[in-house]
Amino acid sequence: MRKFTWFNAVSLTFGFAFLYIPMIILIVYSFNESKLVTVWAGFSTKWYGELLQNEAFLDAAWVTVKVATISSTIATVLGTMAAFVLVRGGRFFGRTLFSGMIYAPLVMPEVITGLSLLLLFISVGLDRGVTTIVLAHATFSMCFVSVVVSSRMVTFDKSLEEAAMDLGCTPWDAFRSVTLPIIAPAVISGWLLAFTLSLDDLVIASFTSGPAATTLPIKIFSAVRLGVSPEINALSTIIIAFVTIGVLTASISTKRAISRQKRDEQMAQQ
Amino acid sequence: MNATDVFVPWLDADAKPMIEFSGVTKNYGDFTAIDNIDLKIFPREFFALLGPSGCGKTTMMRMLGGFENVTKGTITIDGQDMKGVPANKRAVNMMFQSYALFPHLSVADNLAFGLKRSEMPKSEIKGRVDEMLRLVQLGKFASRKPHQLSGGQRQRVALARALAKAPKLLLLDEPLGALDKKLRQETQFELMDIQEKTGTTFVIVTHDQEEAMTMASRIAVMDHGKLVQVDTPDRIYEAPNSVYVADFIGDVNIIEGRIAKADGEAAELAWAEGHSPIRGMSGAGVSSGQGGAFAIRPEKIVIGTEEPTDVHNRISGEVEDIAYLGNISTYYVRLENGALVKSQTANTRRIARRGITWNDKVWLSWTDTAGIVLAG
Repeated sequence: MRKFTWFNAVSLTFGFAFLYIPMIILIVYSFNESKLVTVWAGFSTKWYGELLQNEAFLDAAWVTVKVATISSTIATVLGTMAAFVLVRGGRFFGRTLFSGMIYAPLVMPEVITGLSLLLLFISVGLDRGVTTIVLAHATFSMCFVSVVVSSRMVTFDKSLEEAAMDLGCTPWDAFRSVTLPIIAPAVISGWLLAFTLSLDDLVIASFTSGPAATTLPIKIFSAVRLGVSPEINALSTIIIAFVTIGVLTASISTKRAISRQKRDEQMAQQ
Repeated sequence: MNATDVFVPWLDADAKPMIEFSGVTKNYGDFTAIDNIDLKIFPREFFALLGPSGCGKTTMMRMLGGFENVTKGTITIDGQDMKGVPANKRAVNMMFQSYALFPHLSVADNLAFGLKRSEMPKSEIKGRVDEMLRLVQLGKFASRKPHQLSGGQRQRVALARALAKAPKLLLLDEPLGALDKKLRQETQFELMDIQEKTGTTFVIVTHDQEEAMTMASRIAVMDHGKLVQVDTPDRIYEAPNSVYVADFIGDVNIIEGRIAKADGEAAELAWAEGHSPIRGMSGAGVSSGQGGAFAIRPEKIVIGTEEPTDVHNRISGEVEDIAYLGNISTYYVRLENGALVKSQTANTRRIARRGITWNDKVWLSWTDTAGIVLAG
């Protein structure tokens, strides 16, 4: 066992302080009685109450969740298909170009992606609103999904599909009953990634949203420009709570899966 | 014994083959994986495709399974041309080298997988699954997932799954490759037993000659996409048709030289100045005057300290090395012309009683029919 030295204690404290002090301040001030963000006037939950009355924020939150759900689903379907072709397609003309182009949006500055999508929507005469945000988000998050799924596909034993066909499956049936259940964890984490990306995207959404639909990040950003209100603090605290719960659930279930795997392997030895 | 007792359909001109390759060629781009092969495999045979990696044996099997197209020629199974028939429409099942068990399904569901996609009524599937579990003695493990099984158990699940649909033809791709030696030997006999019980035609791909020798009714030795020799294990071992086959199967001494005499059954090979030619059986295509080689198995060479007088083939040399393997010993004897010849003797006596040791002058001898003269 290594000794816990003073040096370790100090660096740990500094590291975590650096990461979490801003968030702690935000959470603490969300329970501030005063309307002034920087002056502490006692504990209160009234800003949470007011937040629930604020139609504009609730609308924006609803739009955000809707956009994230639909766009990540589209991105997952398209991204999985792209991953399939990239890993399984064998050698076809332009394969290298295609695989490069799938990953290019990962490094493309968001401003440019947003701008080009805006130009596209204008030129085809699509009114900006929920639809355009959904399309834009599906476009940029699908390459993330395809990266996640194709990294799983690479290690997928192709003979499993062949075995399925050998036992009487059509290629589609083999995909549905063998391949998909096995790569499901990768597909699900791809979906979650796309969902998260869509939730916190500000740049692309601000290019492609219209007066009819505003997402939460845009709403918060524009509200903050008029001055930070305790309501925003309350909203941010709620978001932090959601994220924390999500991360904890994920890590606990992963831990359980690992210990189950270990138990199973021991069983196989007997 | 007459022909009706013994299973030798390949000698019967009227026997109907189960599988027939005629002029089958398979190209991958410029590379020829299978080169104009003709082959017949008969019902109930245990047929082994044997060869080093890259010889085309796996391609042969995958063409039978419907996973590869034939570039030229035809493959028929039960008289039906297999061109364009996909894997899921063939009465052929395959046991994959990696076993390819579905990790998300239990053992019972793995076995039922093919049955659910067949015409078998739902009510009969359970019974068939139980029957297959009994066949491979895995009844207790029906509800386990593949990763909860040991290697040997997985192998048996894979076999049972491939047999569940009662295919006419079962393809086995290196079925025992992942098992350790002891388990492999046990499983070989289990496989033969199951093959006999179910009456299925087995085609097995292996690079392990011992495995092929033990199990197969006939072996096809392959090299560079061609069939070098197709014959029973004993014929392959005793009467190889080429140096390649002799060298690939088991241990062999190859002595090169010039064919001095060839008349029907017997042939002689001149191998060194001042020595009388070696006498042996005559291999295929041997004619006097051409270059050739004499192939003889180490266990057919008798080693002794005195010059034998009753056999024609005798050579003297010096013991260079002795490999003691417990049950047998192999003597490496250096001949006067520099060649190294192996002689193998069963250790029927205890080691202390052994008469021959390092650097001893010894005589090697063998009968006129012990070895074979092959065309070079």
